[in-house]
Amino acid sequence: METVIRKFFSDGDILEMLSKRIIPCLDVREGRTTKGIKFENNVDIGDPVEMARFYYEAGADELVFYDITASHEKRNIMIDVVRRVAETIFIPFSVGGGIRTLEDMRAVLLAGAEKVSVNSAAVKNPEIISQGARAFGNQCVVLGMDVKHVGEKKGIPSGYEIVINGGRTYVGLDALEWAQKGQLLGAGEICLNSIDADGTKDGYEMDLTRLISDNVTIPVIASGGAGKPEHLAQVLTTGHADAALIASMVHYGTYTIEDIKSYLVQQGIKIRPAHTYQANPSR
Amino acid sequence: MIVIVDYGAGNLTSVARAVSYLGYDSVITDNPEKIAAAERVIFPGVGAAGAAMEMMQKKGIDLALKKAFESKTPMLGICVGCQIIMDRSEENDALCLGLISGEAREFFRNMITGNMNSCTIEGKISSPLSERSAGACSCGASSNDKFTKPVDSAKSVDDTKSMNDVETDQVMLKVPHMGWNGLDIVKDHPLLKGIKAEDEFYFVHSYFPVPVDQGDVYGTTEYGIVFASAIGRDNLFATQFHLEKSGEPGLMILRNFCTWKP
Repeated sequence: METVIRKFFSDGDILEMLSKRIIPCLDVREGRTTKGIKFENNVDIGDPVEMARFYYEAGADELVFYDITASHEKRNIMIDVVRRVAETIFIPFSVGGGIRTLEDMRAVLLAGAEKVSVNSAAVKNPEIISQGARAFGNQCVVLGMDVKHVGEKKGIPSGYEIVINGGRTYVGLDALEWAQKGQLLGAGEICLNSIDADGTKDGYEMDLTRLISDNVTIPVIASGGAGKPEHLAQVLTTGHADAALIASMVHYGTYTIEDIKSYLVQQGIKIRPAHTYQANPSR
Repeated sequence: MIVIVDYGAGNLTSVARAVSYLGYDSVITDNPEKIAAAERVIFPGVGAAGAAMEMMQKKGIDLALKKAFESKTPMLGICVGCQIIMDRSEENDALCLGLISGEAREFFRNMITGNMNSCTIEGKISSPLSERSAGACSCGASSNDKFTKPVDSAKSVDDTKSMNDVETDQVMLKVPHMGWNGLDIVKDHPLLKGIKAEDEFYFVHSYFPVPVDQGDVYGTTEYGIVFASAIGRDNLFATQFHLEKSGEPGLMILRNFCTWKP
């Protein structure tokens, strides 16, 4: 196994040279944003374009959109959202959810997304990762992983298993092996979501995040469980994550991006400062 | 009207969107006559320098850009557009436009010994170009072998505790350089007006420009080494970072360009 080379550095000079990223995540259903608690009881929050602009102005480093529209026919609603977001914010953002083919990838990238994230489609057809990386570049392809702790067992040596369908279906894939395979296939980044921690606001799944981060060389975005700024500080330091995904803690106004960033700066974490001016004051 | 040069290099619309957001009109074209006669020219970039140059030569865009440069048209290069203005690029060993003397070099892929700040370009160890994966990616940004083990890392590979104690005089560089990083302004330029010391910019690249004349360097960024990330000469300015994805500081430079009178 490629083991823990990363550890050698993540406390050293190189990785600290880049700022840690704070990434609000917006779930979008039929063109409107929601936030799911354990993937159930989604509550409508609002317009994804407005929210994107709000977080952009507040100093988010990147945004993630997940299309949770159930019907495939309504997928083009999302493409329109992506296009409008791209006209409104000028930081990288990724789009995931329902991406099954190279054509799906092309559509969101052409609409203006910087990256595209594949999750269950990659479990069913891992080639989609290498195809996407070849066609659009590694930096465009994010491997999204939904993970549950199941304990060490046959076929799951790490004790963490990949799940799909919002956590309902176990696929018999070991999370660590899948992460490494994803990297090999050409994923440029991993978005690691703990289903156990998701929606709890009790903090990220630290063991899982560290396990994956230490054993791949591509950046890892920690996801699931963020409830307060301390959680982000933990996962970005001892969790060895390169970026932290946040949702309800900012969606419901409990914290602002500014609150989180200033806390992280106090903790000595390298963070990109929020903008202090606008290039187009007429906005 | 601002002309955005289309040389088959990826997502030009994001630059066009940013220009339009700032209230300026732009047109995306590969027509050399339009480029040579443009009021202002932006050549953004995603892709490999070699492929970009090939495409330009096929369409006569290289000559059009040289002509625009000579006729003092304000010009702005972004990312690979900051590399193709050099004499040549290590990527595909491509001959480039030669508007600024020097070349585009690849980041140290293997390792750097000693103090990183004292590291020089000449210290480059190896460049397994042929091993890199192909693909339509930013500025040679695609890479599968992002890390290579330092020589003596094997001994501590399985012991995270001992790694904490290893003195980091050998480090490895993750290539491509992707993410937010700073800009040290080393010389004033009208396009950098309003940019603050703490501002950061978004990078995705494996190659960086190395101008011969230090006078062409306006800003530097540190990633393993200190490299020139904002360069310019006369009516030409170029940034290695993506102005269209760097938030308000990126837009500020873009806006300064839209009104620049060199």
